[in-house]
Amino acid sequence: MKERKAIWLPDAASTYAGDVDALFYFILVTSFVLFVGVMTAMVFFAWRFRRRSSDDRPAPVKENKIVEAAWILVPAALVAIVFVWGFRVFIQMNVAPPNAMEITVRAQKWSWLFEYPSGARSTELQLPVSRPVRLKMSSADVIHSFFVPAFRTKQDVVPGRYTYAWFEATRQDTFPLMCTEYCGQQHSTMLSSVIVQSQDDFEAWLQESLMAADAPPAERGALLYVQQGCQGCHSLDGTGVIGPSFQGLAGSERVFTDGTSALADDNYLREAITLPALKIVEGYDALMPGVYASLDPAEIDALIAFIKEQ
Amino acid sequence: MSAPGQNYLNASTGLRSWLLTTDHKRIGILYAVAVTTFFLLGGIFALLVRTELAAPGETIMGPDTYNQAFTLHGVVMVFLVIIPAIPGILGNFVLPIQIGAKDVAFPRLNLFSWYIFIIGALLALSGWLVIGQVDTGWTFYTPYSSDGSTSVLWLTTAVFIAGFASILTGLNFIVTVHKMRAPGMTWNRLPLFVWAIYATAIVQVLATPVIGITMVLLFLERLMQIGIFDPALGGDPVLFQHFFWFYSHPAVYIMILPAMGIISDLMGTFSRQQVSGYTFIALSSVAIAFLGFLVWGHHMFVAGQSAISSIIFSMLTFLIGIPTGIKVFNWVATMYKGSVSLKTPMLYALMFLFLFTIGGLTGIMVGVLAVDVHLHDTYFIVAHFHYVMMGGALIGLIGGLHYWWPKITGRLYNETLGRIAAVLVFIGFNLTFFTQFIMGSRGMPRRYHDYAGLLEQYPEFTALNLASTAGSYILALGLFMILFYALLSLIRGRKAPANPWGAVTLEWTHTDSIPELHNFEKVPLVTRGPYDFHLADDVFGGRDAVQGTT
Ligand SMILES: [Cu+2]
Ligand SMILES: [Cu+2]
Repeated sequence: MKERKAIWLPDAASTYAGDVDALFYFILVTSFVLFVGVMTAMVFFAWRFRRRSSDDRPAPVKENKIVEAAWILVPAALVAIVFVWGFRVFIQMNVAPPNAMEITVRAQKWSWLFEYPSGARSTELQLPVSRPVRLKMSSADVIHSFFVPAFRTKQDVVPGRYTYAWFEATRQDTFPLMCTEYCGQQHSTMLSSVIVQSQDDFEAWLQESLMAADAPPAERGALLYVQQGCQGCHSLDGTGVIGPSFQGLAGSERVFTDGTSALADDNYLREAITLPALKIVEGYDALMPGVYASLDPAEIDALIAFIKEQ
Repeated sequence: MSAPGQNYLNASTGLRSWLLTTDHKRIGILYAVAVTTFFLLGGIFALLVRTELAAPGETIMGPDTYNQAFTLHGVVMVFLVIIPAIPGILGNFVLPIQIGAKDVAFPRLNLFSWYIFIIGALLALSGWLVIGQVDTGWTFYTPYSSDGSTSVLWLTTAVFIAGFASILTGLNFIVTVHKMRAPGMTWNRLPLFVWAIYATAIVQVLATPVIGITMVLLFLERLMQIGIFDPALGGDPVLFQHFFWFYSHPAVYIMILPAMGIISDLMGTFSRQQVSGYTFIALSSVAIAFLGFLVWGHHMFVAGQSAISSIIFSMLTFLIGIPTGIKVFNWVATMYKGSVSLKTPMLYALMFLFLFTIGGLTGIMVGVLAVDVHLHDTYFIVAHFHYVMMGGALIGLIGGLHYWWPKITGRLYNETLGRIAAVLVFIGFNLTFFTQFIMGSRGMPRRYHDYAGLLEQYPEFTALNLASTAGSYILALGLFMILFYALLSLIRGRKAPANPWGAVTLEWTHTDSIPELHNFEKVPLVTRGPYDFHLADDVFGGRDAVQGTT
């Protein structure tokens, strides 16, 4: 599955990727031919008309109308071809089929969150194979960009508005997903995966991830920890890179950047989730977005229960 | 008029005579000193960035430092090196002499521009040392730039101030070309370098105010919480990108047009042949200066602008790209039935043709809508603009500096060392940046501090990045070698004759080895075009034109 032959583009895995690749290779080959032609002429002229004596004074060359017309028309024609071709594929990449399944994408520093029509959520993009999918994307903070090289899909994710992208995966595999708009410290770790599986496996996954409401709070909290992207910044093993680790957090003494401190009780945890900018733990920056204030109270309770178990 | 043996270098001495000079030649040298210093600084940042990427994982610095390093590399190289370099150094030194003037139209304004540039530059660098580091990238995209630290404002103020230097220099050159030409120096006898600087000046005057306005808006938003770009205040972050590229795309022409002018002069002089398509090159430069304002949106195909806008921008981009392709054909054709000498400046001219053609062809690649979606914001883009900006603009500058060095300093440099350095630069450059085309087309995003997270899918990124880093060291070695033999030439270089290349423009034919203070003994009378080698009996001792070809 992991064998790769091509030097240039990675193996394609979406319906329109083949069209993009054909155009890419057409331009690559045409450019190569043009480049070799120009360089051959350059080297040949430099050698053929090399200076033989320091007094050489060649007579001026009459400009040749036919040659000039050719070097205007040939590039113009080639450019017209690639423009029209690129334009047609671009339209195809921009217009999602009406039957596409809509997935909501939420980007924030520095994680991705995907929400499916059934209400299921995940931090990796789960897809059924051979089914068009339309992404409705927004950002909680700065501009990010959704990029799946194997699909040849890229779209900036902008705060304050929705942007869209669509594709249809053609084979079952796991593909890297990256952020390609510079978004700060952990830009290069804002990675995820696209997991393409059969329609049946996808349905099964959806079922599994919709947690029954009667599950114990801490168990629901564990799911939210993944689905809400908490794991992107808060580890469970005591290492704190972007945000403090959850390990041993509950009940500990927290020291803040303004010199004050507080005991991490339920009320502190609640405030830290809904109003993260209020108190910043020493050694960390005010990076956590305020979007978690919109979680419903039962979800916040579940998260607190989960944190207290760590 | 002046005592024999007196020239602009020895006419007066002392630091004061330099810092208060209004002589365009000395101001050109002031720019050379400043820009070289900034280039060293920007180059150090580039090497830090490449060293960090030499191996996966954290190599020599953490992500915050890395983000500051590539930001400073971009800001310094764009605003303090490439934009001011050719107009500031060679435009100042060469342009007035090439048109037969004794100085620019407003000599004091010219000195003033240099000081504004220095103030802007020092402000930019001191902000970095004093206030705090900026990590936004040289593009300052909102809202990332508008909710970071205040040092962004400091830096944008510096860019704003440095912009005035650019506007005033442009203004000065426009008036100089219109008003100060010697008798007989008609528009169709202007060297193509003059045409290029003239076209550049138009862009400098028209475009630079836009980045000033953008920076002011950024400032107002930060200080007074007016919602312009920040969505949290009701602004539109993509609007910033429109403003930014409305300046920065024309700025691409501020960077590349002067280099094209140098290449035209080099191709003509070292082929002893009329530059093919003289009128076309001259007029298309001026046309691009205006049309370059209509294509900014090609930087934003995936930014969230409408598909229709993207399509129109793509089409306009191709329309103004065609003349650039034709120029490449013209430069190559200039050698046809010429007398080609492969001296160091000419090696750089041919290197420009090689690198700039790759930069241009990959420009077509990223201008094509469907393909750009995949390539945007990957290393393919990084490679593309380095082929244009460094392979084009900076290689043009280096070629020009080698060409005019004997006129500026009165000394020759070691030709062998010059050729060796040129080969090192060529190999190092291609190793550094061609590998980035491959990484980018495979999907490696730009501005990544680390690629360890991608290696499972892309194990080849380790070797490609290492090769690119090795290339950057070779490139640096070549550039340091140039610095070395340039300094060596100043100390003990052979005295240069007045016209070592057999060129036929005024700076070579009508001035001494080192030009005198006011350039010419008496106002020259121009009787031929800039590349009329067959008419230049004064240069070639009246010998008959030799037909070197069949
Ligand atoms: Cu990012
Ligand atoms: Cu552009």
